[in-house]
Amino acid sequence: MKEILEILENNPKIKPEEISTMTGMTQAAVASKIKEMEKKGIIRKYKTVIDWEKAGEEYVYAIIEVKVALRDRKGYDSIAERVAKFPEVRSVRLISGDHDLSLTVRGTSMKEVAFFVAEKIAPLEQVQGTVTHFVLRTYKEDGEILFEKERSERLAVSP
Amino acid sequence: MKKNVQNALLYRREGMAGKFVAEKVRNIPPSGIRKFFDLVLEMDGVISLGVGEPDFITPWHIREACIYSLEKGFTSYTSNLGLLELRELISKCFRKDYCVEYNPKNEVLITTGVSEAADLAFRAIINPGDEVIVPEPSYVSYKPSVSLAGGEPVPLATTLENEFRVTADDIEKSITDKTKALVLSYPNNPTGAVMGKNNLEEIADVVNEYDLAVISDEVYCKLTYNGNHTCFSSISGMRERTIVLNGFSKSHAMTGLRIGYAAGSEEIIGAMTKVHQYAMLCAPITAQMGAIEAMKNGDGEMKKMVREYDRRRRLIVDGLNRLGLDCFEPKGAFYAFPSVKSTGMTSEEFAGRLLKEQKVAAVPGDVFGDCGAGHLRCSYATSREELVEALGRIEAFLDTL
Ligand SMILES: Cc1ncc(COP(=O)(O)O)c(C=O)c1O
Repeated sequence: MKEILEILENNPKIKPEEISTMTGMTQAAVASKIKEMEKKGIIRKYKTVIDWEKAGEEYVYAIIEVKVALRDRKGYDSIAERVAKFPEVRSVRLISGDHDLSLTVRGTSMKEVAFFVAEKIAPLEQVQGTVTHFVLRTYKEDGEILFEKERSERLAVSP
Repeated sequence: MKKNVQNALLYRREGMAGKFVAEKVRNIPPSGIRKFFDLVLEMDGVISLGVGEPDFITPWHIREACIYSLEKGFTSYTSNLGLLELRELISKCFRKDYCVEYNPKNEVLITTGVSEAADLAFRAIINPGDEVIVPEPSYVSYKPSVSLAGGEPVPLATTLENEFRVTADDIEKSITDKTKALVLSYPNNPTGAVMGKNNLEEIADVVNEYDLAVISDEVYCKLTYNGNHTCFSSISGMRERTIVLNGFSKSHAMTGLRIGYAAGSEEIIGAMTKVHQYAMLCAPITAQMGAIEAMKNGDGEMKKMVREYDRRRRLIVDGLNRLGLDCFEPKGAFYAFPSVKSTGMTSEEFAGRLLKEQKVAAVPGDVFGDCGAGHLRCSYATSREELVEALGRIEAFLDTL
């Protein structure tokens, strides 16, 4: 199972036939295993890592650190789940250290992102404070290097 | 006088300096790989299955260790034997993986790759005229190294029927009263063959009976796909007779850093060190530092690479068999060794035409010994995308026949 996931994590477009050859499992077994993992939510979705800058789109990303005051016994989940529902928010993580939550927010301008934080996140009752870090450049995303990749400079034939 | 005239005739075409080249060197046949390499160089857009090294770049943590060592100013010679810390790590690894004890102080020698270690081993044990049995198909450097050391390489054919494993019977038939040593090279380049513990035990009996030394090149030991590797010196009674050669080139994708090692009894390692101290002085310190990092923290990345090789292995073996190029299952290293006999072509014809017509490079099997004739060495140390593309091109080529 882990083997299939490892293969898919790096290339969701790969065909079950190919996974079957690479793992030695039958095609039917691969297909049913994948179905099962989709159903169980182990495979959440198939996504594409895009270099939006290269595509000419002016997206602005920011990392927002949020300090939370816990109000009741609901803990962090309630505030985190609430924040997560905004489509502008791309990721929500509970973190250790000075702050409690770390959000990634995407907008089309710095102003838009700044106002989103000021109007939608900061005023929430449990939010004590926020720090906004605008992303200037992304070098690596989800394990994928976005700058020029290294190529092995091997000789074409060697013993 | 007569000899001089002869020489003058012989060397005239090569310019006058040719006469200085020693006969021993002159007599080494040109490398078949080299010939093929020159062909490939002239072409664009070639997908190469001809590469005998990993397509992975050295894992970053190892490169970082090398960089850090440079920053700290580690640029000196080391002890002839190599850094003690590295020898200790290697010794520990032998104990853990194979339950064989080597004293890091005098039974482990760090070398500039397995290549140097093999050369040292031959030079350390061969007297003029001694015969060394070299099972084939095999890596190309053993025979010339034996010759240069003054010995007589005795090639020994292995067969597809026996999955290219060497047998005790075959060895026994090649033994003469001049036989000094046996080369073992499993997992094998170019066939991908491996030897199980029982196979090795049979061989150990013959080795004992005829009092042979064994040079065991185990550089692909971490690249096995069907059970773990058995180190030859872990077979009962073999430790004192065996020089184990190993390195980091394949397991940790460190080919260009040039680092390997030999392990054996104190007497033999001492003799090898004698040669090494004058020929090489020591292995490069930067690579030794990288190797220390590889031994300490390299298992994770290594296993990841091995898993990836395994996937590619299944992909290519399955593909070749489907195309009708019979390919037995290689259980180690990163080579498939399909037969092209069904096409009626020789390896060289097949490889040459495949290169010209479909731009796929694979090395003709007879480069690795006469018994490799009729086969191709296809390295799967290349990306899956390229392997799939190469298989497609091979199919297109076969369709034109
Ligand atoms: C069987 C075998 N031994 C030794 C070597 C050379 O190893 P190193 O890079 O450690 O000199 C190779 C490289 O292709 C090989 O295939």
